[in-house]
Amino acid sequence: MTRLLLRRLLWMVITLWVVYTITFFLMRAVPGGPFSSEKNVPDSIKRNIEARFLLDRPLYVQYFHHLGTLFHFEVGPYHIPYVWLDFGNSYRQEDFSVNEVIAQGFPVSASLGILALVFALTLGMTAGVVSAARRHSMFDVSFMVMATLGIAVPNFVLASVGIIVFVFALDVLPAAGWGTLWQIVLPALCLGAPFAGYIARLTRTGMLEVLGQDYIRTAYAKGMRGKRVVVHHALRGAILPVVSYLGPATAGILTGSLVLERIFLLPGMGIHFIEAATQRDYTLAMGMVLVYTLLLFLMNTLVDLSYALIDPRVKIE
Amino acid sequence: MPPEEPQSKRTYRASIAPAEHYAALLAEAKAIKGVSLWRDAWRRLRRNRAAMVSLWLLAVVSLLAILTPLLPLQSPIETDLASRQFLPPGLDTVRLGQREELKFTGGSLVQELARFDAEIADLKSQRATASPDERKALDDQIAAKLRVEHPFGKLWHKPGPVTRLIIRARLAIFGDWSLPSLCGTDHLGRDLLARLFWGARVSLIVGVVATCVSLMIGVTYGALAGYVGGWLDNLMMRIVDVLYSIPFIFVVIFVITILSEESIKARLESYGIDRIVVFYILIGAIYWLTMARVVRGQVISLKNEQFIEAARTIGAGRSRIVLAHLIPNVMGVVIVYLTLTIPAVMLFEAFLSFLGLGVTAPDVSWGLLANEGILVITPIKTFWWLVLFPGLTLALTLFALNFLGDGLRDALDPRMKNR
Repeated sequence: MTRLLLRRLLWMVITLWVVYTITFFLMRAVPGGPFSSEKNVPDSIKRNIEARFLLDRPLYVQYFHHLGTLFHFEVGPYHIPYVWLDFGNSYRQEDFSVNEVIAQGFPVSASLGILALVFALTLGMTAGVVSAARRHSMFDVSFMVMATLGIAVPNFVLASVGIIVFVFALDVLPAAGWGTLWQIVLPALCLGAPFAGYIARLTRTGMLEVLGQDYIRTAYAKGMRGKRVVVHHALRGAILPVVSYLGPATAGILTGSLVLERIFLLPGMGIHFIEAATQRDYTLAMGMVLVYTLLLFLMNTLVDLSYALIDPRVKIE
Repeated sequence: MPPEEPQSKRTYRASIAPAEHYAALLAEAKAIKGVSLWRDAWRRLRRNRAAMVSLWLLAVVSLLAILTPLLPLQSPIETDLASRQFLPPGLDTVRLGQREELKFTGGSLVQELARFDAEIADLKSQRATASPDERKALDDQIAAKLRVEHPFGKLWHKPGPVTRLIIRARLAIFGDWSLPSLCGTDHLGRDLLARLFWGARVSLIVGVVATCVSLMIGVTYGALAGYVGGWLDNLMMRIVDVLYSIPFIFVVIFVITILSEESIKARLESYGIDRIVVFYILIGAIYWLTMARVVRGQVISLKNEQFIEAARTIGAGRSRIVLAHLIPNVMGVVIVYLTLTIPAVMLFEAFLSFLGLGVTAPDVSWGLLANEGILVITPIKTFWWLVLFPGLTLALTLFALNFLGDGLRDALDPRMKNR
């Protein structure tokens, strides 16, 4: 277990480093820098600014300098040493360091993402279990058509239809903005819909496979009620594909939240990221990319670990 | 007296059927056609109604997209802020070139084109009799006229030579008549139906080209890793693992912003590379990871099969084993994965266009159209047709692709053989 975690940690560092390097050189590949569009700056001052941010030095010097200033080693309470990452100051946003921008945007994006995942899991698994248990029934057919629809309809189309129906026509949900839980219900539903569809189909396939096995027949033969067999015996075996799908689903939700934050004007990380990328706010964009990579990596690791909890046959190597 | 044949041999000879019998058996064996995997799969696919409907739908959509310049559609880029803004779907006919601001002869594209062609022909006849100096000047004049003043340039965005020819054919068949705005018009008065058709071309090409790129990279990478094995396989798969953890949308956004830079755009265009082309390749270049994994897994499980051993014993070389024995056996999985990659890629294109990072005006794609629809949603008035139609076309196409992919997976599943 410890060995696995240590190895994962090593891979995480490597991944982050790769991402950092790719991002760094990609950003620097663009001609001009964040200050090249400043107007009415005397040449000497411009040179000073560039010298301050090392923009006049060769690329590799900048690379190692920035990589060096990224890490801060400190000794915390109880003499536990720890590392924290300082992404520096934003090149564009006044009065904010990158860490502050992330600290503000993260809770918004995280609540949106978590709510979307919760929706996707509850809706998807319920639909999947019901359609497998009542195979070829009305429920089964309609749930599976809905699941395929959810997968095929892009979330921004869903969002626009949702706004027209729930906000303007029925007037039951607020249109946009951030502050209350109600305001992220619609975005989270739209964000979670495609994943709910996938999860429903994965659950159904898994359930059908498990329901045909001998131990399920044994359970029925012992006189157990159908509901208990399905929930206690079958679901546990059927859930594994769903769990392994959570890794890709997280990546998809991160991507999708870029779009939905924009439609529903949520002040999350996604909006900041797109602005940072188009405005060439090097430090902010770098910070965002690293945070997203970290999230994805952590989620993948969690998924791998949870295998062992669900399926005792899987040994953690 | 000849030696007596042993009893057993005599009965053996008697038991052998006459040669004709074997000839008949051979003929019969030759007449039996083995059912190949593909034929069998096709038979199963044909029985799957949802997949067949999807297949037909996709065929029709692709055909319409290819034939778009030939169809009697309005101009996809002509704006009319004065009188055609936000028209709901209607049946009022529109003639090409009727808008007064275009200043076309007789308010008709056909007449304007005839006038323009006559003008060019006139210049060309002048050129035939001109002195070499004047000839040079006239050449420039003709080229400039064709580039700037051609009436097609006002109604279509940079039509290529083939497209121009097809548009001429369309004018010969339908004249100025074009379909009414069946899907309404947008905030600049452009016809949504025409934009949907022209957008289909971009969206579908993205799907196909990007998927082909991902196919090439993924299959080569996966087959190499799987076939060579050992430390190379290990290294290559670790690289894939690392790449899996990278949220690629961010990399793409970076690259797109880099490519949007004026100087880089100009340099690319000097090589004749459009930004859209780079965009296709870029999307393809990030969707190969799963393909590589799938192919590798297949190759590893196949390469120890007996038929590969058999090929090796009769002296087949490495490349022959890979090309003639491994790749065809991997094709089934690859095709299934392909039909599921196309919708994913199209969706990704729509995403990026939606964020303003993919296809940009005056090019159109379905994602861009959906974005334009969402931008004009207001509490006061919803222009539902601008949301509904782009969303519907996109969703329907993706729906069909998903169904077809599922159908193909079932059809190509060897466990379903002869069922």
